[in-house]
Amino acid sequence: MKKVSAFSAMIVMFSVFSSGAFALTADEIMKKSQAAFLYPGSDFKARILMKLISKGGQERVREMIMLRKNYGETGGGQKYFMYFFQPADVRNMTFMVYKYPGKDADRWLFVPAINMVRRIAAQDKRSSFVGSDFTYEDISGRNLEDDTHSIVKEEKIGTRDCTVIKSTPKAAEMEYSYKLSWIDTTTFLPIKEEYYDKNGELYRVFSADEIKGVKGHPTIMKRSMKNILSGHMTEVSFLKADYNIGIEDSLFSERYLKQPPKRWIE
Amino acid sequence: MKGRQRAEVRRQKSDIQGQKTELFRLPVFCLSSVLYLLFSSAVFAADFSLHGFVQGNYSRNAETDNPDSRDYKLSEERAQVKLEATADPFRLFIKGDAFHDNIDKHSILELREGYADYSSEKWDARVGRQVITWGVGDLLFINDVFPKDYAAFFSGRPLEYLKKGVDGAKIGMYPGFASIELIAIPYFEPNNYPDPKRFWMFDPLVGVTNRETQDPYRDFHEAETALRIYRDVAGFDTSLYYYRGFSRQPSMMPDSPVAPTKLTLFYPELLVYGASVQGRALDGVLSFETGYYASRQDRQGTDPLIPNTQMRYLIGYQRQFWEDFTVGLQYYGEYMQDYSAYAQYLPTGFPQEKRLHHLATVRLTQFLMHQTMRLSFFAFYGLSDGDYMLNPEVKYNLTDSIWVAIGGNIFGGGKPWSQFGQFAKDDNVYCQIRYEF
Repeated sequence: MKKVSAFSAMIVMFSVFSSGAFALTADEIMKKSQAAFLYPGSDFKARILMKLISKGGQERVREMIMLRKNYGETGGGQKYFMYFFQPADVRNMTFMVYKYPGKDADRWLFVPAINMVRRIAAQDKRSSFVGSDFTYEDISGRNLEDDTHSIVKEEKIGTRDCTVIKSTPKAAEMEYSYKLSWIDTTTFLPIKEEYYDKNGELYRVFSADEIKGVKGHPTIMKRSMKNILSGHMTEVSFLKADYNIGIEDSLFSERYLKQPPKRWIE
Repeated sequence: MKGRQRAEVRRQKSDIQGQKTELFRLPVFCLSSVLYLLFSSAVFAADFSLHGFVQGNYSRNAETDNPDSRDYKLSEERAQVKLEATADPFRLFIKGDAFHDNIDKHSILELREGYADYSSEKWDARVGRQVITWGVGDLLFINDVFPKDYAAFFSGRPLEYLKKGVDGAKIGMYPGFASIELIAIPYFEPNNYPDPKRFWMFDPLVGVTNRETQDPYRDFHEAETALRIYRDVAGFDTSLYYYRGFSRQPSMMPDSPVAPTKLTLFYPELLVYGASVQGRALDGVLSFETGYYASRQDRQGTDPLIPNTQMRYLIGYQRQFWEDFTVGLQYYGEYMQDYSAYAQYLPTGFPQEKRLHHLATVRLTQFLMHQTMRLSFFAFYGLSDGDYMLNPEVKYNLTDSIWVAIGGNIFGGGKPWSQFGQFAKDDNVYCQIRYEF
């Protein structure tokens, strides 16, 4: 046991002097992680397969195209456009989000059965995205200034060297008391995240299961979120992913919500 | 051909209340043929998709039997096919239903939608039978002047059946400073109201059974036109609307004001100017809509047979209070312009409406079990009449392709002639089960 600690200490020391990771503050690491995880490229397209798996193993499948375009710097505005293939009762539905830094997002939903676009009230960013274990915030990111970040330790996950960051929400009414993130020191992608509840119990775990370079951007192609309490989990696979594809501003409009251009939803 | 078309549009239905049993109406058939020829060459290069569902839909009386002494408001099995073919810049879409009505013991084919799209960067067009939805109300319609099926709504059919398609053309233009939708509808489609055989409802001249319906068209230039111009204004979705056409609710014209023996149902001319705004405010979504309903055939308001000019407006607010729980509230009003003229010329025996007819609605929605179960409650409450309609519903997705919904429609309050009060004996419990592919 002592040997292990001594060894860890050496690794930490080694990291301090060699990689320079500790030269970055926790805030800087989280900023880089946000850039790598949520903002790479000027725009992004992915065909996403989401499996909602119950404790008993029953699966529900959600399949969609997600298009994202950045407006401004990392942490700045973004627009999202989603088109659903599955399940059958939401086929052809589209969903659009204008995300703004520091204020609530605007969201629109198109319901094809009655050919209507309507705004949806969804102020709660911790709400589940399409019934999955991922929240809206997990998908489109959380404002970094909403938490205080501190470095806990350095730790390897598999072959990846990670910095473990503890993020504590400034607001008292959050459902979790803190989150630990294992940020890859090379790619700055989150390899693992653990959410702890008010009693300090672990209840929710994120894991990046497959990372691939796409146009030079390391991209998490497979990820999962597991709810430890309910045993429910969600696996997300990117069937296709691409960056810098020239999504026009006009896509993010009522016109194309109603009639998504074929080339963007293939 | 043109003569036949004209005969078609001039047709007079002897029984307005009868279920619409026409299959593919002539104009649509013609249109489809033209489109077929137009697209047959492009079709070889097209992308096809085929989807649809099979569904059972039943609604049983919870209060008393129908006027024709049956137990059910609705009992049918239905299959829908949605066929789509895309060959840029064209797209063809057909949504057709086939259903068997277990009450009237007949089977019917129905073209729900069938249109061709053309789109380019600056404009697009859609020609054929299409569903158009305008405005920001939730089950309250001001600038959505397009046809509704209230029989479907009151008897527990899925929400999409509240909207009926129109046969017409829509042009969309996107010059940048705003977006524009221009609609021309040469074939008038009225609202569908509950069948008096299945629903107990108020009829001021119930003794007069000799009735005929007059469709508005005498000439092609009487086509309905509608325009919507919309854009973002300071973060709010803002629209302006215009409609020139006809009321989709019929007015009654007796052959004699004293002792009528025959009633002619007709659709008065209507002009609507409106506006709507919707955006994020007060931690929710705030909506506002208004419309000026100008009665083109009764500008003075002295004709008791034709609805007077009105101002209509609604305010809506929707907010998520906790995860997967949303509340929507609306206030809606109709304010009559020439009320003294209306009151003065109203024939004796007809119930007098109030100058301000207003109502409120509440919608509560809670999703459960990873959004596979939805509990919802919708209520209309008439502030001027004290009548109501309540619609609780539970919907559950058994699998990704099968869902079932069970709910009720409960009516009451007010007077025997008020909007929802007249349906006091029509409470029903319904079930919808659908397999979708």
